[in-house]
Amino acid sequence: MDFSAGREAQTHANSMVFTPPKGRPTLCDPWYIRVLLIAGAVVFLGLFLLVPLCAVFYEAFQKGLGAYLAAFHEPAAQAAIRLTLLVAAIAVPANLIFGVAAAWAIAKFRFPAKSLLVTLIDLPFAVSPVVSGLIYVLLFGSQGWFGPFLQAHGIKIIFAVPGIVLATIFVTFPFIARELVPLMQAQGNDEEQAALSLGASGWQTFWRVTLPNIRWGLLYGVILCNARAMGEFGAVSIVSGHIRGLTNTIPLQVEILYNEYNYVAAFAMASLLASLALVTLLIKSIAEWRIRVSEKASISQNLEYA
Amino acid sequence: MLPGFGVTLGFTLVYLSLIVLIPLAATFAKASGLGWESFFRTVTSPRVVASYQVTFGISLAAATINALFGVATAWILVRYRFPGKKLLDAMVDLPFALPTAVAGIALAAIYSTNGWLGKPIYTLTSWKIAYTQLGILVALIFVGLPFVVRTLQPVLQDLDPEFEEAAASLGAFRLQTFMRVVVPELLPPLLTGFALAFARAVGEYGSVVFIAGNMPMKTEIVPLLIITKLEQYDYRGATAIAVVMLVISFVMLLLINGLQRWSRGANAR
Repeated sequence: MDFSAGREAQTHANSMVFTPPKGRPTLCDPWYIRVLLIAGAVVFLGLFLLVPLCAVFYEAFQKGLGAYLAAFHEPAAQAAIRLTLLVAAIAVPANLIFGVAAAWAIAKFRFPAKSLLVTLIDLPFAVSPVVSGLIYVLLFGSQGWFGPFLQAHGIKIIFAVPGIVLATIFVTFPFIARELVPLMQAQGNDEEQAALSLGASGWQTFWRVTLPNIRWGLLYGVILCNARAMGEFGAVSIVSGHIRGLTNTIPLQVEILYNEYNYVAAFAMASLLASLALVTLLIKSIAEWRIRVSEKASISQNLEYA
Repeated sequence: MLPGFGVTLGFTLVYLSLIVLIPLAATFAKASGLGWESFFRTVTSPRVVASYQVTFGISLAAATINALFGVATAWILVRYRFPGKKLLDAMVDLPFALPTAVAGIALAAIYSTNGWLGKPIYTLTSWKIAYTQLGILVALIFVGLPFVVRTLQPVLQDLDPEFEEAAASLGAFRLQTFMRVVVPELLPPLLTGFALAFARAVGEYGSVVFIAGNMPMKTEIVPLLIITKLEQYDYRGATAIAVVMLVISFVMLLLINGLQRWSRGANAR
């Protein structure tokens, strides 16, 4: 194609039409493209995000507040809520300790095969939740590698709480580490080294220097990890055995109630998780904003020093 | 030199091995006990092949739709100003935060033939969404929605408008500027987001089972088939299919890593 012909006239036209008094001329798409894009995206997100979210609460309250609240009086519902809280209370701290340790090693030191380690930490994100559950069944189930040994000693992992905890730890494994690694890498070692040279111990340096610097990133990772831990369905579904009142988490209870056509109770339980999701998004937005603010602050600080 | 290298790296490796590497290795070891022939027969039986077609075909379609709307969404979130933009931005992450089972029952309720959207669609076009392959598509679009937006957004933000201004001042049309200046920059992250959405869709289970109808050969996805085999105590069959899925996951992970490296390289330029 040859665009050289008429280029001069075109440039002239550009400077006349597309130059608003201030701002950036080329960033102004024509109004119909703006309207089309915004309308398209809003309709798309509305249909796929807002409508399902509203449907959860609508279905939950369809038969009134009484029916909604009655769903939580069921012993099985309360047991599911307790189990979900218990599983998250084990899985999230476990992955928190791992995430901080891994980020410390990866971000603060140089060692061979580091990028392989980072890839391996991401591995659970790539694995289907169903397969994540299955690998523990193949390890600890009656047909699994340790099955006969566990049976002989009366230890139950699959179709019991330990299996649910393990599967949950697996699916939420990378959340905190992958949030902290880039953050700590960007912050570098200077502040820690300064603290150490002034006589602080390793722990003091971590608590007083590193932790305050990463706290919003840490919170961000923890809430996403927690949301996934409380909401995990596929992996937990395989290892739980669906024993009502014993090994049902909230998502599994939702499935059972739904399959029994008990829609109000199913959506009532689901509304708990949907509310959790909304709170998670809110905290996430705040944390993102705080991370941006502290990044800007540290940049301007560096500029002052420089 | 900072302290704690040995302890933290040691703990990281032990924890990683116990939770992730050993269980995955055990699965491959279990599958190798099946024998090549029976493994091959299991993973190429007609019902399993049909489930691959359903899973991969619909995942591809969902990732493509997400890529198209992801570009539009990222573009308006970075470049335009309009009321409700912050809220829209926060909403994009909903599929990450909303448990899949909740999304599944909500979508099934909306798209069934007497649901909010399923009913008008059915009366207008006599298309059924829930309990057909279209239902699976809807669920997979939902779970993959944030990926393209979130990989494009930072790149678009860093894309200096000066390049576009330069192109325009040299006489390029807006469309030319977009195709020649913006698209080459966006291509690596777009492909990354597409691959992430696809990988997520391939493994997805919770949001799909409620809306899929789960008919063998028609609307049965691979993860569901693994569960079906397990429930029939066919551990060998479940393991064989799981290994196929794992290999595909690893390939996708390597591909995505490569794309991300390319993406970073393109940005560093």
